[in-house]
Amino acid sequence: MTAPIRRFGFRQLFVAVVAALAMGGCATSGNPKDPIEGFNRVMYGFNEGLDAAIIRPVAKGYDAVLPTPVRTGVTNFFGNIADFFIGVNNLLQGKPGDAASDLGRVLVNSTAGIFGLIDVASDMGLEKHEEDFGQTFGRWGAGNGAYVVLPLFGPRTVRDTVGLVLDMKADPLAHIDDVSTRNSLRVLRLIDNRADLLPADKVIEEAALDKYAYIRDGYLQRRRSLIHDGNAPREAIE
Amino acid sequence: MTLWCTETTQHRPGMHKTMKRGIFSLLAGLFFAVTAGAAEMAPDAMIKTVSGEVLDIVRKDKDIQSGNSQKTLELVENKILPHFDFKRMTQLALGREARKATPQQLDSVAGEFRNLLVRTYSKALTEFSDREIIFKPFKMTATDTDVKVRTDIRQTGGKPVSLDYYLEKTAAGWKVYDVEVAGASLVTNYRSSFAHEIQVSGMDGLIRSLQAKNKSGDAAGAVKIK
Repeated sequence: MTAPIRRFGFRQLFVAVVAALAMGGCATSGNPKDPIEGFNRVMYGFNEGLDAAIIRPVAKGYDAVLPTPVRTGVTNFFGNIADFFIGVNNLLQGKPGDAASDLGRVLVNSTAGIFGLIDVASDMGLEKHEEDFGQTFGRWGAGNGAYVVLPLFGPRTVRDTVGLVLDMKADPLAHIDDVSTRNSLRVLRLIDNRADLLPADKVIEEAALDKYAYIRDGYLQRRRSLIHDGNAPREAIE
Repeated sequence: MTLWCTETTQHRPGMHKTMKRGIFSLLAGLFFAVTAGAAEMAPDAMIKTVSGEVLDIVRKDKDIQSGNSQKTLELVENKILPHFDFKRMTQLALGREARKATPQQLDSVAGEFRNLLVRTYSKALTEFSDREIIFKPFKMTATDTDVKVRTDIRQTGGKPVSLDYYLEKTAAGWKVYDVEVAGASLVTNYRSSFAHEIQVSGMDGLIRSLQAKNKSGDAAGAVKIK
């Protein structure tokens, strides 16, 4: 299963990126946060197509077939392996207390939680955090840079793209030697994450006048909130 | 389907006052209860009561559970909307563009925007109704007029999603003027789309787009809002 995915991956992507740059490189609506909107919209269309054709249907099937405790176990497992670098990022952001709590989570969930399948730590009051290198750079004062829609990965900013490269280096799955195990786990994680977002699909369809702009603005707001750990000051009417 | 509300902490302004002031506030409270009814409820208590009531109805109503969107819309319209300040929400969504609108245009935008938010809210209510709501610690002082009530929507097998309400004290009691899901405001998220629409086709263009959006929702869901 993994080989065809890789073969499909890069050539197709390369063609799509070049086509996107050629077609929409300079078309913008003048939004200062989104200077390469033309390119982004094409990339967004590509991602939506991929989602509609493959990822969403698979996620739906996955969601329908797996019993809730199994789904919870899968989500917890991937959450647990992510907690270590969430702790590292909390430390880099000058929050040693949160970092200690994250490491405590890893210890408790990897043992009492049976390889992370059960989130015992949350029940003990060790709250799950959400941190990544993009947030750390933001915390250090780096601005967003332009909004970018990446193929497959979706919405990012220039800062968060740099963060993503480090997140991928730090990803425990990247260090699994066996290629097929590594790729199977990556696909499983992707599908599990996508399945968690299924209920949000319909709400966004109902809400958005322009889905591209709705997702972009939602992403930028959410990142801003995450960098402030949920305590972002309200944006003034400029 | 399981639905329930739990509270982690509770805070009531004025809890530590002396007995004398306590009696005074009791009398004052009675007076206000008669004149203003539920409008004088503390903001966190209000959110808690309203979400509790609404989820209770959703839990018991087989029609809503099986996807009767007309009934869900009515529930949102009757139980939730009276606590929202749509004028303020519209102003926030329009941002500085609000200045370009005539009073009639503002009314039209507010009316259409209201319908759009009702739909969105109803959809969210049906999609996420089996989740548990956790109320986070809430603090305010007696003089506060602008507060944020924080909740978490806990989902089985996923990270909790934050759902925060911003409320302002008005003559008619506390009114919600913004709702943030996972840190993204449902109101200001429209600001750049609205501004773009107004730049391209004017305030009336925006009103037409909103009408079209609401109509397409009508066609899709075969429902109408009054």
